Amino acid sequence: MTKYIIKRVLLMFFTLFVITTICFMLIRVLPRELPTDKVQAAAIQERFNALGYNEPLLTQYAIYLKNIFTAGDFGTSWYIAFRQPALNVLVDKLLPTVLVNLYSLLFSIPIGIALGIYAAIKKNKWQDSVISTLVILFVSIPSYVYAFLVQYFLYFKLGWLPLQVYSLADGGGSWLTWKMFHSMIAPVLALSFGEIAGLCRFTRAELTETLTSDYMLLARTKGLSKAQATTRHALKNAMVPILPMIISSFIGILGGSMIIEEIFSVPGVGQLYIRSINLLDYDVFMMDSVFYTFVGLLAGIVVDISYGFIDPRIRMGEK
Amino acid sequence: MAENMQNIQIPKEMFEFVNHGERIADKKFEDKPIGYFKDAWIRFRKNKASVVAAIVIIIIVLFAFLMPAFNTKYDSRFMDAFYAKKAPRHTALRQFGIMDGGVERTFAEKGLIKAIAIGIGAEDVDGTGTITLEQGMASEYQPMLHIGEGVEKKRGKNIDVTYPGRIDAYLEEGFLYLSIEQSEYQKIVDWEEQNGKKVLYPLVEDNEYNMDAADANNWYKAKKNQPVYINENGKAKEINYAPGMVLEDNYKRNEDGTPKYFEMTGGGTMETAQFKVRVLYYTYYQYKNGFEPNYILGTDSQGYDMALRLAGGIKLSLLVAVFVSIINFLIGALYGAVEGFYGGTTDIVMQRISEILSGMPFIVVATLFQIHLSNRIGPIPSLLFAFVLTGWIGTSGRVRTQFYRFKNQEYVMAARTLGARDRRLIWKHIFPNSLGTIITSSALVIPGVIFQESMLSYLGIVKLGSAGSTSLGTLLSDASSIWTNYPHLMICPALIISLLMISFNLFGNGLRDAFNPSLRGVEE
Repeated sequence: MTKYIIKRVLLMFFTLFVITTICFMLIRVLPRELPTDKVQAAAIQERFNALGYNEPLLTQYAIYLKNIFTAGDFGTSWYIAFRQPALNVLVDKLLPTVLVNLYSLLFSIPIGIALGIYAAIKKNKWQDSVISTLVILFVSIPSYVYAFLVQYFLYFKLGWLPLQVYSLADGGGSWLTWKMFHSMIAPVLALSFGEIAGLCRFTRAELTETLTSDYMLLARTKGLSKAQATTRHALKNAMVPILPMIISSFIGILGGSMIIEEIFSVPGVGQLYIRSINLLDYDVFMMDSVFYTFVGLLAGIVVDISYGFIDPRIRMGEK
Repeated sequence: MAENMQNIQIPKEMFEFVNHGERIADKKFEDKPIGYFKDAWIRFRKNKASVVAAIVIIIIVLFAFLMPAFNTKYDSRFMDAFYAKKAPRHTALRQFGIMDGGVERTFAEKGLIKAIAIGIGAEDVDGTGTITLEQGMASEYQPMLHIGEGVEKKRGKNIDVTYPGRIDAYLEEGFLYLSIEQSEYQKIVDWEEQNGKKVLYPLVEDNEYNMDAADANNWYKAKKNQPVYINENGKAKEINYAPGMVLEDNYKRNEDGTPKYFEMTGGGTMETAQFKVRVLYYTYYQYKNGFEPNYILGTDSQGYDMALRLAGGIKLSLLVAVFVSIINFLIGALYGAVEGFYGGTTDIVMQRISEILSGMPFIVVATLFQIHLSNRIGPIPSLLFAFVLTGWIGTSGRVRTQFYRFKNQEYVMAARTLGARDRRLIWKHIFPNSLGTIITSSALVIPGVIFQESMLSYLGIVKLGSAGSTSLGTLLSDASSIWTNYPHLMICPALIISLLMISFNLFGNGLRDAFNPSLRGVEE
């Protein structure tokens, strides 16, 4: 198991390295724009020279890698936050993204699983068909449509929620205040509809399969009530594929949803990405791209490895 | 059981052998055989949700392709900047109360009078200034479609009265000052005579009673926005909104008292000078274009016909999606076939490559392609490249699995023994087994592509030019900051995207079940 994990992690870093290289080459060949102010432009040009931005591409890449490994320096932001390390710029944006997505997950996981279990137990009855039909609708509709609906009804018609997430100053100086939470409800709701529907569908599918398996029949013949058999046998086994999915969602909250952040102006990683493209802040763009790649790859291997931990029947990496 | 027992009493002579004394072993089947695809089709038809989804898709596609054909008067490039962001309107359906171009709003008294005054002024074709409120309300150019009961609200000493109402957003534009050439002035006058409609209206005096000289709708005398009349002592008296109200006109008049319809500006002679005129925009639009404004889905944020823009957007999104799905199908099939068939080192190396490609977040790939290529080959082709770069990986994985399953089966070995080459083994013997899964995954690629495209356009990563082509995402993105005042700008594209996504998902699920032979007979 340990050997398998080490192998997977090493492979992940190899993939990350290759993708980073490709991204770096493609981003560094882009021409950099200088400010119109001549003095400032000259100063920045000097800094670019000093940082080796005008060296041949491979030398630049060597410098980039050296800086990462020796100083943890992923480049510098020139427009979004002048001369701040790109890593710091990214880390500053992490908390809002994580909070919005975390709230959404905490809200949708119990509801999604509960609905899924209910639908599976009531399989082929009207409750199941209602839930299944709704699930298909809610899974298909894109998240930004929910965002507009939430904004329209809860802000314009009812006035319960603010239109957008407050800035740090308006929200009481911290991301964790009650006021801030209130303003985050709208994006959380917009994210949750799809999440709930997805989880519900998955749970229903897994649970209906385990409910019809032979050990359930055995459990019932041994005298367990339907509720006992369902919670102790079927649900436990159904959780084997569901839990890794939830774990990967928890890693996915780092990345967040770009379009929801844009609509509700959450000052998070996704918005940073869009801003870095619009302002041509290439080092931040590079940082963000590496970050997204890393999160995606990490989620992938954590899912694979967690299968091995959750289900003792699965022995990872064995031939 | 009881029913079965009853049926047993059939007379014996009614039974007869079907093939008595006849050998049918060597005969051809009279029925047509049910093959894999026919079976899939039969089972697809039984899935009602998928059939409905397929019909919805067909309707949307028909809308996209037939809408421009039905609209013979103008194409998707036709635009009118004054009639931008307007609600759906159709002259024929307007009398039934649907598509009336109306917007619900609450009016203060002054605003209400100003809106009604457009209708009164439009009715006053001779510039007499004697049209009453009732006559003005009956005018076909009256913007107010409906005025509710006034709501009184105390504010300090005064009582403010507000009226909920519904106003035609097209007629609300009202009058407009234009600077035209003499020849055009003559043309308008001729058109007026031919069609019996009034375009040119008297100019307005720029005096103390004119609230805003730039606004051509202020044709009546007013002080502090409140309409007034001048009594015999020369004092201005307020006019309030009440039955029988007559607004006092503020028209420019010649010495003989007839209203002035034009004024020369910029010097020159009668022939060369520019004419300043005041037109009713609604009839001027008809004069200019030859038809009334009929926009069944309203107009978009720039003044294009929303229905045509939507049709264009659907066409573009669907074409991109279908193209991507076909290319992914081809690349994925080839890649997966080679991987699965040869296995070993080839497989490992190719797996590694596809793993690296799939590790790249799609949004990063799309952004890089846009930055590098959109100036050279345009935003749509660069978007296609981005989709194609990583899109085939799912398909290739499925094909690979199928190849691993089938490549060592006896019939393949038999074919190999008979001398079939690799190519024949791959395409003739193994590949057809994976066709069902690939078609399904290709159908399911389409909603994904539509969603990604709309998201990238919305975020501004893909920037389409505004004039010719548009996509559903661009329409959403155009509406994003203003849609709360003009909900139809958002509702139309959002509804179409949602419908497309739901239908394609249902359709794809139906295909998946139909192509899965192990589900045969499960439904019954």
